[in-house]
Amino acid sequence: MIERGSSHDDEAGNWTLAIRRWLERRLPLDSLLPHRMPYYVGSWVYVFGVVAIAGLAWTIASGVVLAFFGPQWWHISSAGHFVNSLHFWAVQVFFVFMVLHLWGQFFMASWRDGRAATWMVGVVIFAVCVVTAFTGYVSQQNFDGQWIAVNAKDATNAAGIGAFFNVLNFGQMYGLHVMIFPILVTVLVALHVVQVRMRGVVKPIDPAGSAQQSAEASK
Amino acid sequence: MSGAASSQESYYAGVRMVRYDLVKEAVLALLGTAILVVVLAAAFSSPDDPSVTIQSWAHNDPVDFVTTAVSELSGQSDTAGYGQPYNDTAGAAQAVGPIQPAVWAGVSTPIDPAQDFVLKPLALASAGNPTLTAALQTYEQASSTQQGTWLDAYTKALADATVAGGQVVVATGTYGPLPTLMGNLLGVARTGGLDSLLLNSGHFFQTDFTRPLLFMGDGSYLSNLAAAAHLTGDQWGMMNETGSYPGQTWLWLFTFWYQVPPFSTAANADLAVIILMIVLTALLALVPLIPVLRDIPRWVPVHRLIWRTYYRRRDA
Repeated sequence: MIERGSSHDDEAGNWTLAIRRWLERRLPLDSLLPHRMPYYVGSWVYVFGVVAIAGLAWTIASGVVLAFFGPQWWHISSAGHFVNSLHFWAVQVFFVFMVLHLWGQFFMASWRDGRAATWMVGVVIFAVCVVTAFTGYVSQQNFDGQWIAVNAKDATNAAGIGAFFNVLNFGQMYGLHVMIFPILVTVLVALHVVQVRMRGVVKPIDPAGSAQQSAEASK
Repeated sequence: MSGAASSQESYYAGVRMVRYDLVKEAVLALLGTAILVVVLAAAFSSPDDPSVTIQSWAHNDPVDFVTTAVSELSGQSDTAGYGQPYNDTAGAAQAVGPIQPAVWAGVSTPIDPAQDFVLKPLALASAGNPTLTAALQTYEQASSTQQGTWLDAYTKALADATVAGGQVVVATGTYGPLPTLMGNLLGVARTGGLDSLLLNSGHFFQTDFTRPLLFMGDGSYLSNLAAAAHLTGDQWGMMNETGSYPGQTWLWLFTFWYQVPPFSTAANADLAVIILMIVLTALLALVPLIPVLRDIPRWVPVHRLIWRTYYRRRDA
């Protein structure tokens, strides 16, 4: 039988226990999945973020189907073309709501009270998503893909990026688009959501008694 | 009580908390966006104009094809004088002051346009074609001065070229083996053979289209098609898409700079715009740390609209 209790000396230096306790302290379930929120979270602006994540989910789901059948499939199959259309419009929905979310959070100054890192990760997500979408556009294997690649090479080459990020190399762009960047975006979005849940939503600008409360919150 | 939960509890002290179902909201968002995406996909489909091939270029605009191939031989094409990462053409790489990342990165994808786009494919296609083999020998054994004389004369003649029976016809002149070389290159291209020969690297599987895309990009055919589809740089370029589709609208700011001076006329516009966008993106990320920028939301009363219930209650 495993002994549940253990002395303090036994626990010292236990990495597993240290990580578990850190997670329990920093990421308690009642913060990750709260069932109560401040009453001012009753604005549509708060919906933009979750709709953006839903758009990302459908982008990834449709992308998985496209990747499964290969890059030629959607050019020669009506079913494939429809899945590509789902992918295309899911991306548009994702970006529209991500930008709405970004500007909504900007005008709410959501970086206040110790939330600067959350904002910064959000901006990084936007930048990485732009590059992710770009690799998709040059991987289309149609006229758009050709023309965008031929033009974009001048910007990437001028910036020196072209030495290791060759937009004319379909294999490299496709691999980045279906594997590396989706993983990066997903990890960053997960981190962003955890950041949001760790601190909760920010208070309105200039709340009643804000000076004292902000000072206390930033301690 | 755990750290994060207790800090949230103290942060929200005095704030009325109400019931909220995050999971239900996420599920409804998933269902709502699914319906929206399916409706948009069914109603508007998605763009898929067929790719341009070397074959279609040679068929539809043979004079431009041959003119481009001759410019590759003479070293006058865009690729020939591109600089890094394709070659070491002096002064070709864009720079902003001492910043010249292309030069620092060096030649990572060596391209010799004359050899890679014209002479090597012709050599591969010359098997069983003694006329072409002899023409290639004549060209390669000629002095560079002689080659230049032939190329200059042929380039000038191509300005008034016509097409007859699928072949490019120029006025009679002293062009050496060039008409034979170009006639064969055009013939191979029209069969679709050059599409494959430009991809040839000694490996069976190919996924790198650098050479055929650079060759096509040196011509006017691809850019003329793009201009007709409103896709060129001065038409907001690659944020557009064929047809009436939204394209990469999120690149609007990046593309915007190319439309306005000094970028619209600058030789180093690509690098300048990239640097500007990196700076702007960094500023956006660092807004929380930058006085004035971080105060804008306080001055612009959009937050009063977002939290109107809160302010109404507070100001009551």
